[in-house]
Amino acid sequence: MTHSTGSGTAAISPTTEKPARPMARTPRRRRTPVAPYLMLVPSIVILLFALGYPLYWQFLTSMQKFGLSQQFGKPPEFVGLENYIKLFSDPQTWAVVGRSIAFCLVNAAITVVLGVLIALLMNAVGKGIRLLLQVSMLLAWAMPVIAAMTVWIWLFDWHRGVVNWLLTAAGLDFTNHNWLEQPLSFYFVATVIVVWMSVPFVAFSVFAGLTQISDEVMEAAALDGASPTQRFFSIILPMIRPVLMIVLLLQVIWDLRVFAQIRTLQDAGAPLAETDVLGTYIYRLGVGASDFAMASALSIFVLLLTVALSWFYVMHLMKEDTP
Amino acid sequence: MSTSTAVVGKRRRIRPGRVVLSGVGVLVALAWIFPVYWMLNSSLLPNVVLTSTSPRFLPFGGSLDNFTAVVAGGTFLPALGMSVAITVTTVVFCLLFAFLAALAISRFRFRGRKTFVLAVLFIQMLPAEGLFIAQYKMMSTLGLLNSVMGVSLIYIAGVVPFTVWMLRGFVAGVPADLEEAAMVDGCSRSQAFFRITFPLLAPGLVASGVYAFLQAWNEFTVALVILQKEEYRTLPLWLRGFVQASASHETDWGQVMAASTLVAVPVIIFFLFVQGRLTSGLVAGAVKG
Repeated sequence: MTHSTGSGTAAISPTTEKPARPMARTPRRRRTPVAPYLMLVPSIVILLFALGYPLYWQFLTSMQKFGLSQQFGKPPEFVGLENYIKLFSDPQTWAVVGRSIAFCLVNAAITVVLGVLIALLMNAVGKGIRLLLQVSMLLAWAMPVIAAMTVWIWLFDWHRGVVNWLLTAAGLDFTNHNWLEQPLSFYFVATVIVVWMSVPFVAFSVFAGLTQISDEVMEAAALDGASPTQRFFSIILPMIRPVLMIVLLLQVIWDLRVFAQIRTLQDAGAPLAETDVLGTYIYRLGVGASDFAMASALSIFVLLLTVALSWFYVMHLMKEDTP
Repeated sequence: MSTSTAVVGKRRRIRPGRVVLSGVGVLVALAWIFPVYWMLNSSLLPNVVLTSTSPRFLPFGGSLDNFTAVVAGGTFLPALGMSVAITVTTVVFCLLFAFLAALAISRFRFRGRKTFVLAVLFIQMLPAEGLFIAQYKMMSTLGLLNSVMGVSLIYIAGVVPFTVWMLRGFVAGVPADLEEAAMVDGCSRSQAFFRITFPLLAPGLVASGVYAFLQAWNEFTVALVILQKEEYRTLPLWLRGFVQASASHETDWGQVMAASTLVAVPVIIFFLFVQGRLTSGLVAGAVKG
């Protein structure tokens, strides 16, 4: 791995001279240093520019009237929370929110359960099969989203897809069955794909947790007559609880933002209004209909939801931060 | 279910439970690998074979014709160029900025340090879907739509937070005492840094660089909004466009799968390098080592 360092470090070396000096000074000496602030400047500037300003603009716009006349230069008019009231009294919004949350919870639950089962399987089988499992999981994990979506759309193709062919060969008549036409079946396909993409991360993380449970503990429990189920629920589960919580939380947050997946499936021919989730709906409002006020209001809602969900995760990571 | 075999596994005896588990293991592995295999298999077969009544599960009679056709189509290479330009810009600046910030937060205590770390952690959780409309509007005002710079600026800001967090761990792993010892032995400060600390940080920089590469290379949402003109498309957008163009007559699945393979292969290779560190970075603290 170090071979490829060349190009990466070359870009960095000229500027590292400055931090090199204050670095040697140990944090023990309590002088107010200027150096760390200088070193944070580039990061803070880019974050303020590319995230901070849009956030501010979005917050402002969500409280303004922003229609077609504003597109043509008319100054926007401040309307307070009117956009939010309008947005959340629209049943379409609630349909989208409900769909997103349901999709997110179902997918996160299936992903975590399957991931834990596969991690247990990796732990139980011999070396050869474990390697096979790990390689297949890694390949699925590494696939770029759009490439993976394209393959899955081909697999589920109504006319020549392998899935229809296999199901028909198994005795069910799925000839020319269109999976994306009906919202429920659309979401079934989306779930299969998202779970396939997300399980590897869970399986690897939980497997890493499992390898830390000592064999002695498990053997002692077996000698004391604990059944496999008892051993799972009273030893394994409590031991992997921390990693399980983190992984579940990350899955919930990630499954709330399934934009690329849903968008590409919609491209493949699905009714938009009945399959929209938060991301795709914002896209249609903002880029499609140029209704920036509504799109901003809904974006702010998504951001608040994410921050609320991330709270526990961030607090957990903060404990790791020992200066 | 699994643990019973793990415990007695040391005894060399073939147990039926173990055979069943191995069978399940093989089936699961096949299920997960199949889409990837199917992409490669289809990319090698002519469309006539792919659209015949029963699928061909092995690429007998296959060729690289689909790949030649895709590249000869003339849109792949410009998209590759666009992706390379954006990715290189993102990786270089992201590493530079994040490295400085990581040094600051792991080697100094100062007022506002905790606030910065907290902000970084929250920012890395923010979804692109919650900001892309505003970013689109801003870039359009600045005249940066359809430009490498417009997208790169957003990517750098998006990737810097996690990179700072990842590098912070590596920098903290190299004790400052080591550098001091080198200085006692007669190195100057910069010598001590470049000879002692920097080589020890190299793996961390490579891992973070690959992480930034993967993020920028695969990104779809922001690119979709900012790069609307065909000639400025990155690879993921190009692939989407290729599928749509192919679908407008009858989809040539062989070429579409060849296109997907072209997009996926470099990513898979790079991903295998960083997988381990990525997992431990995301679930830091929940799993030791």
